[in-house]
Amino acid sequence: MSTLLEVSGVSVSFDGFKAINNLSFQIADAELRAVIGPNGAGKTTFMDIVTGKTRPDEGRVIWGEKSVSLLRMSEAQIAREGIGRKFQKPTVFEGQTVRENFLMALKKDRGVLSVLLFRPSKADHEQVDALAEEVGLLAELDRLAGELSHGQKQWLEIGMLLAQEPRLLLVDEPAAGMTPEEREHTSKLLVQAAKTRAVVVVEHDMEFVRRLNCKVTVLHEGGVLAEGSLDHVTSNSAVIDVYLGR
Amino acid sequence: MRTSFIAKNPSVLVFLLALASFTIIVTILSEGFGIGVISTSFIKTLGKTLCLCLIAVAMDLVWGFAGILSLGHFAFFGLGGYMIGMWLMYERTRLIVTEALMQGQIPPTGSEVIDSIGSQIFGVVGSNEFPLIWTFADSLGLQLLLVVLLPGILALVFGWLAFRSRVTGVYLSILTQAMTLALALYLFQNDSGLRGNNGLSGLQNLPGVEAPQSIVSMWFFLASAMALGLGYSLAAWIVSGKLGSVLRGIRDNETRVRFLGYSVEGFKLAIFTLTACIAAIAGALYYPQAGIINPAEIVPIASIYLAVWVAIGGRGRLYGAVIGAGFVSLISTWFTGGQAPDIPLGFYTIRWVDWWLVLLGLSFVGVTLFAPKGIGGLFDLLKKKEGKA
Repeated sequence: MSTLLEVSGVSVSFDGFKAINNLSFQIADAELRAVIGPNGAGKTTFMDIVTGKTRPDEGRVIWGEKSVSLLRMSEAQIAREGIGRKFQKPTVFEGQTVRENFLMALKKDRGVLSVLLFRPSKADHEQVDALAEEVGLLAELDRLAGELSHGQKQWLEIGMLLAQEPRLLLVDEPAAGMTPEEREHTSKLLVQAAKTRAVVVVEHDMEFVRRLNCKVTVLHEGGVLAEGSLDHVTSNSAVIDVYLGR
Repeated sequence: MRTSFIAKNPSVLVFLLALASFTIIVTILSEGFGIGVISTSFIKTLGKTLCLCLIAVAMDLVWGFAGILSLGHFAFFGLGGYMIGMWLMYERTRLIVTEALMQGQIPPTGSEVIDSIGSQIFGVVGSNEFPLIWTFADSLGLQLLLVVLLPGILALVFGWLAFRSRVTGVYLSILTQAMTLALALYLFQNDSGLRGNNGLSGLQNLPGVEAPQSIVSMWFFLASAMALGLGYSLAAWIVSGKLGSVLRGIRDNETRVRFLGYSVEGFKLAIFTLTACIAAIAGALYYPQAGIINPAEIVPIASIYLAVWVAIGGRGRLYGAVIGAGFVSLISTWFTGGQAPDIPLGFYTIRWVDWWLVLLGLSFVGVTLFAPKGIGGLFDLLKKKEGKA
């Protein structure tokens, strides 16, 4: 398996506080990875760096077969390269219907003119239907996204990410605030998604991570503390000290 | 495709029908083309109101849909007016000057005519030279092009600088207001090349046209109605599709749109520039009906009024902007024109000329606090009632 994303030696500090400290991280195509760590370990900052929201002070972020650097690209360019991001709080366009949300996310030319002239074809509508079915929102397509429940909004956002057809999906605490049934559905969605693309899940909830059944990276104070299977990292004494022991 | 657009947006059809009926009724009642119930000056007021409705539609596109509270769109409106005003004034002066010089023994040379026009137009600011910006004033075609081009380029450059630095929200509003103020202050200067605070005048007279004002006013009234119809349809078409989705997305959550892969800055710049051009066209139709344009028209308060109209009419629904601009500006004409009866309270008399602004300000505060959807929100209530019945 080839490396899809390679982050090496990245550091960033805010007002003297080192949020990320010499962090290195790799993920391959079609890999599912969970990132855990205590509050302030740098999980969200890590995602900010990969998606272009934050510029690191040093280090490299290399993407894809052609090994292009992501550091010079804008957020929108990075998204078009095939990196999708789901935020901690569900952020969907609440004033628009579920269908409009999906249509906006579909992988199409993002130029102003082609967006202006875009009219969804039959194939586009079918793709939206298929995505909606996959995330369990087929019956809600013509409702306003703002009327959905918290869990449904999370799924809509995951569905929109899938609609972008990204090669790498970054998912920030997808299970937060969900009922046990919703969590199960979400973990299945993510496992399914990781069959065809790389997925990074940041999560606090150990039970949820266990369900993902994948390699785990533990972050602490802006760096990687341990990496391996969940059983492996949870038996690591350093991990127990900083994270599980609390 | 056309049918499906109208079918999906019945409000566009309703609007166009209402506009057409209004236009026909006014035409029948007009002095110029009809039975003479409506005076020519009121025709001009109605025509100007239609232009204000058009700029309100532009404002709704940029603010109501894309969430950019621009306090600069009246600057584009004014620039459009200046551009057409330059040709109107030049050409009319040329005709008058040529005729006067023809009275002499020897036919005038070309440079004599030009000098004479120059001193006629710029004598009032103590000059007789044509400034550089009047280079194309003798060509109607080029000035018409400049109506769109100059405000368009200004919007493009300003927008590019502002949006790429990711200036948003109230800071962007302040920036647009600063641009407007700077432009107005510049134009107030006598050496700005546009006659300082005298502005351009006599614009109601079309050069070489013998027709009386009652007829000319109807031409402009009909042209304004047509422009509003076209502008409204264009705006409705733009927001009906995915671009409308993206614009509303930018208004509600800019970051999310960016992470979907859309270049938010590009979309903002496009809509800012497009609406600046629409505003300029509205201005180019407005000022020949007003007859005069001067820098006082451009000062920031005008753009603030524009925002107030759109807010009172209801943002993000296009027809709300038209209702707001039409309703408020007509009422404003009525109150400030001294036609509204004063209210004597014994110890104090409420004179509407003075108190109208207070009333307008209070209704703006009222709408913002209690009816954020504006007048347009009433239509939602009606729809809901129909749905229940």
